[in-house]
Amino acid sequence: MDLYVHPLFEVVRNEKKCVACRACERQCSNCVHAYNPDTGEMEADDSKCVNCHRCVSLCPTKALKIILTDHCFRPNANWPGENINEVYKQANSGGVLLSSMGTPKPHPVYFDRILLNASQVTNPPIDPLREPMETRVFLGKKSQKLERNAEGQLVDNLTPQIPLTMPLLFSAMSFGSISYNAHASLARAAAALGICYNTGEGGLHADFYPYGPHTIVQVASGRFGVHGDYLMAGAAVEIKMGQGAKPGIGGHLPGHKIAGDVARTRMIPPGSDAISPAPHHDIYSIEDLRQLVYSLKAATGNQKPIIVKIAAVHNVAAIASGVARSGADIIAIDGFRGGTGAAPTRIRDHVGIPIELALASVDARLREEGIRDDVSVIAGGSIRSSADWIKAIALGADACYIATGALLALGCHLCRQCHTGLCNWGIATQRPDLVKRLNPEIGAERLVNLVHAWQHELKEVMGGMGINSVEALRGNRLMLRGVAMTQEELDILGIKHAGV
Amino acid sequence: MITIDAGSLDFEQLGDQLRRLAGEEIVIERCLGQRYIGSGLKNTNIEIYGTPGNALGAYLGEGSRIVVHGNAQDATGDTMSGGSIVVHGSAGDAAGYGMRGGTMLVRDSAGYRAGIHMKQYGQAYPALVIGGSAGNFLGEYLAGGVILVLGLDRPAGVAPVGRFCGTGMHGGKIFLRGDAIPPELPPQVAMQPAAPEELEAEILPLVREYAEAFGVPPAHLTDRPFLRLMPNSRNPYHNMYVNN
Repeated sequence: MDLYVHPLFEVVRNEKKCVACRACERQCSNCVHAYNPDTGEMEADDSKCVNCHRCVSLCPTKALKIILTDHCFRPNANWPGENINEVYKQANSGGVLLSSMGTPKPHPVYFDRILLNASQVTNPPIDPLREPMETRVFLGKKSQKLERNAEGQLVDNLTPQIPLTMPLLFSAMSFGSISYNAHASLARAAAALGICYNTGEGGLHADFYPYGPHTIVQVASGRFGVHGDYLMAGAAVEIKMGQGAKPGIGGHLPGHKIAGDVARTRMIPPGSDAISPAPHHDIYSIEDLRQLVYSLKAATGNQKPIIVKIAAVHNVAAIASGVARSGADIIAIDGFRGGTGAAPTRIRDHVGIPIELALASVDARLREEGIRDDVSVIAGGSIRSSADWIKAIALGADACYIATGALLALGCHLCRQCHTGLCNWGIATQRPDLVKRLNPEIGAERLVNLVHAWQHELKEVMGGMGINSVEALRGNRLMLRGVAMTQEELDILGIKHAGV
Repeated sequence: MITIDAGSLDFEQLGDQLRRLAGEEIVIERCLGQRYIGSGLKNTNIEIYGTPGNALGAYLGEGSRIVVHGNAQDATGDTMSGGSIVVHGSAGDAAGYGMRGGTMLVRDSAGYRAGIHMKQYGQAYPALVIGGSAGNFLGEYLAGGVILVLGLDRPAGVAPVGRFCGTGMHGGKIFLRGDAIPPELPPQVAMQPAAPEELEAEILPLVREYAEAFGVPPAHLTDRPFLRLMPNSRNPYHNMYVNN
């Protein structure tokens, strides 16, 4: 199978420290470790190691480490070893290369070339430890005009909104691609934080209906688990048109992951592939999208905001303009560095555009057309830290989606093997013995810790800028400066170069 | 029984009225293409005179019944999970998209992409019956449930479906009246004559339901043999990928 492909990692065991307790063997779902009764020693099959650090973390004597192999091909700048190995894999199998999580390629990260402002002397900074800082936001269409009734009193003409204690949400990850305990962790954390998590396209497990006010339910082309009660269960309904990691293609959860509760929640027979076609077969135009938006509004009695999620692609600004005119209340834009539970490698690494450029151009386009307040904009696709989050807000996002960061909080080590279903950390797996390794109480607590820390960082940066409400940061590009960028990049981002 | 004159109502006014009347027996007269009628409603009976617009009975819930005295337009019964829709006429494109339960009976023909990605789980087993013929891509990505096409508008020897019937199907069954082979069947689809037990247990109950709904003698509907289309595999793409 892996003819010619040398193992990428080497398991290094310190024999002086190893007590052959076999914990590594029990912990590894990839069956890397084995005890040799003849020698009384542990052995390792490097070829199976995915470098997930489960054994390293749980080794009681810290006897293990994983290193990158220094085995090499003859150096060749045009043909790095990775490319050569990919050719071998495809020649061996005839298969499409399949990967997980966001692209690991060294694409430019514009967030890292953007710097934030702070106040000095005039317009003094605000100390968030002493003074109130407002991070609450409401996502949805904002009415353009005040209406009064015959008695002159204000008429409430506000369409439904998603209230959030801070402009952050956990983005869509389906039950099936991640585990029950991962969903439980996200749901509990979202409720504790006053934000939302997103079911993804796999339906909503019956146990999680109580978290409805903190849930966004997704409708994708496969329509898995979609029914009337599901649509009413959440704070909003999201139509998935695209995903940043795999724009233009659908989803495919293999039959071996469709068992028990996953099958019941998706409402398909166990063992059957869950295929989400690339297009919604009833959507071929903005008018068709409008029809799905309005049929969902009708099915929810106009009580739920409708989000339309699109991948960041070349003409994203024009597409977003169309989406804003479709009646959607919120547009979610997913940048191409965003994560996935499984995507063809070539699509993940080469299709789409960075979220920073997409977000800035969408925000500018909607403003130009005078329809910016008709929709809220959620940006996702690799928000790695509060710094990325703050910069995205200043580039025009009403809120941000995070997923990889949330999974890291749950114990993910970014080994990028989600598609194998053998996640040793109990996240991207349905194997009961692995799922139970993730304790949802501890998981929720870690998520709450992470998000609270980010919220505090947001407040500190806002305070430094002399801003005491996050809504005053949204689209506030004067708070941003670029470094090491061309004029064209600066123009698209709508920011000035540092020093100007 | 409550009658609504829809002649001067837009889709939102009509939708608001229907939601307020959920659970009742409702008659809509002078229906003029209003969309989303009955969207998500449970245990509600709606009889429609005139022409309902797109997405009729989308996400329809258990215990509901919609009868259309006329033609339906596109996306009828989109993602419906229960109840029934009976169309005394033809349906447009994408009828029964993502249906996961309930029954849809179309007296005449359906447009392109009918019954796409229908699916089943346990007791939820959707059925789509088309009396006339269906356009291209019938039952594309079919994942469960049953589609029956009677081809009453086609002479013997002419298949009652268009091209690419069942593309990507990985569950469910399609029954076609007659023995004419559909044009350009994709490789995922295995075609066989329907077995006698399938005729008895799966086809005849639907035929009787159709005959009763539209007042057609059942014998007329079973005067030709039936073909059965099923997927070659429930996991059509499992060999497509290599771990990277």
